[in-house]
Amino acid sequence: MSTELVTMNIGPIHPSTHGVFRMRVTFDGETIIDAEPIIGYLHRGSEKLAEERTYTQVVTLTDRMDYTASMTNNQAYILSVEKLSGITPSVRGVWLRMIAAELQRIAAHSVAIGFLINDLGAWHTPLLYLLREREKILELFEMMCGARITNSYLRPGGVFMDAPDEFWPSLNKFLDDMPNRLDDIENLLTDNEIILARTQNVAILKKEDAINASITGPMLRASGVDWDLRHRNPYDFYEKISFRRPLGTVGDNNDRYLVRLQEIRESLKIVEQCLDLIEPGPVKPEEVPFLVRPPQGESYVPIEAPKGELGFYLVSDGSISPFRCHVRAPSLINLTLLRDMVIGYKIADLFVTFGSIDVNMGEVDR
Amino acid sequence: MTKVLSGSEIEDLLGSNFKNQIEAIGEDYVQVSNDKSLDLFNNLKIDHQYDLLSSVTSVDRISHFEVVYHLTSLQKNESLVIKINCGEGRVDPKVKSVISVWRGAELQEREIYDLMGIMFEDHPNMKRLLLWENFEGHPLRKDFVS
Repeated sequence: MSTELVTMNIGPIHPSTHGVFRMRVTFDGETIIDAEPIIGYLHRGSEKLAEERTYTQVVTLTDRMDYTASMTNNQAYILSVEKLSGITPSVRGVWLRMIAAELQRIAAHSVAIGFLINDLGAWHTPLLYLLREREKILELFEMMCGARITNSYLRPGGVFMDAPDEFWPSLNKFLDDMPNRLDDIENLLTDNEIILARTQNVAILKKEDAINASITGPMLRASGVDWDLRHRNPYDFYEKISFRRPLGTVGDNNDRYLVRLQEIRESLKIVEQCLDLIEPGPVKPEEVPFLVRPPQGESYVPIEAPKGELGFYLVSDGSISPFRCHVRAPSLINLTLLRDMVIGYKIADLFVTFGSIDVNMGEVDR
Repeated sequence: MTKVLSGSEIEDLLGSNFKNQIEAIGEDYVQVSNDKSLDLFNNLKIDHQYDLLSSVTSVDRISHFEVVYHLTSLQKNESLVIKINCGEGRVDPKVKSVISVWRGAELQEREIYDLMGIMFEDHPNMKRLLLWENFEGHPLRKDFVS
């Protein structure tokens, strides 16, 4: 039975939109027949601001893009600056930033899973278990660099300070404890009948469609494409590390949840390997000046951020600030197919699908 | 390791069919003309497996605008850069939309239109993405005073 079509506005201020995301959705009864994302409510003009700051100052702007994954944002930007100016980073600096990046991935995936479960209606209980684990990571970051969320830890050539002695036992304690906490989460959620009923075979994303729409990260791997830049294009010291790449089979909301959960376990293993391989030394080469002045040219170094391929396209005119600084934001690009994924499903599936895409509005709008 | 093709390697890849379309060869990019750019992109996608459009962006070179495409081939694990010069001068820059080749350009082209003011012909929904509709000017242009 068809009814009169209703067009409804959802957001920008809505508890399930993970920030300030707005959608204009047309319903036939409860079925979605059209959905248009409307964004820009958190646009701060980061790319323009970067053109008026020095290369080191831009690091603070990158923190505020995907604010659940500042360390990986720093990493993508710094790798691009290093390539542009031909800086070879110090060995210990690279290991430290890899540890930071993998801890950040665990934190970001915890947030993604927690809020997805929240969107499914399991109000706050599973979310708080995951946020509790994330809190431990934020405390580790506080030890490393003094900041919890907007870290600005990385500098061209490495990181700005070494982790203190107390950091290492705390990190080991976290690594010992986290697998048990993950088991708890899995026992609680993975076979839960309601979660399976709500996520399996909902919003299926096919392999070819995902690649064609430039979708990357856990979302692409959930559709069964083995593409992880840490493995295919190992930046930093990832070629010395071995890890498994979890893949989905169906490409539905449940696969996107499972892939992220398994990636947390892999990240823990990567941190453990980094701990075995890290060696003492300076965290940043002495000769790298505070005011970086790259020669004319351009660089783009994509990395595997928690949300997908993140890269900074930098153009230098030989001055102390970037001539152009473009961010390839995975959150924005992963939204391309939102409309196609939700059409034909019910209103309740809309938020679950949106949650499973895992976008961060700070990165969508920049 | 993803192999980043150099300018001359991209030229070899494109072959003789597109020789007239190449305007300049850089160290790690090839600049092509806007006419028939879709044929070239389709060739790269279908015949050379460049199936992932990593990023589309634009640069204000002051004398002109340019659009930069970063393409990746998942199968071959290679990447390359194609640039298109949007005509001489700063008035009315436009290029052809690549949505028919890669859907992933949809939001990125709207962002470029919004912030840099480059028109994408045949884009189905060419309107501002981040700023509001009656905003004046395009902030990423070098003559936009912030």
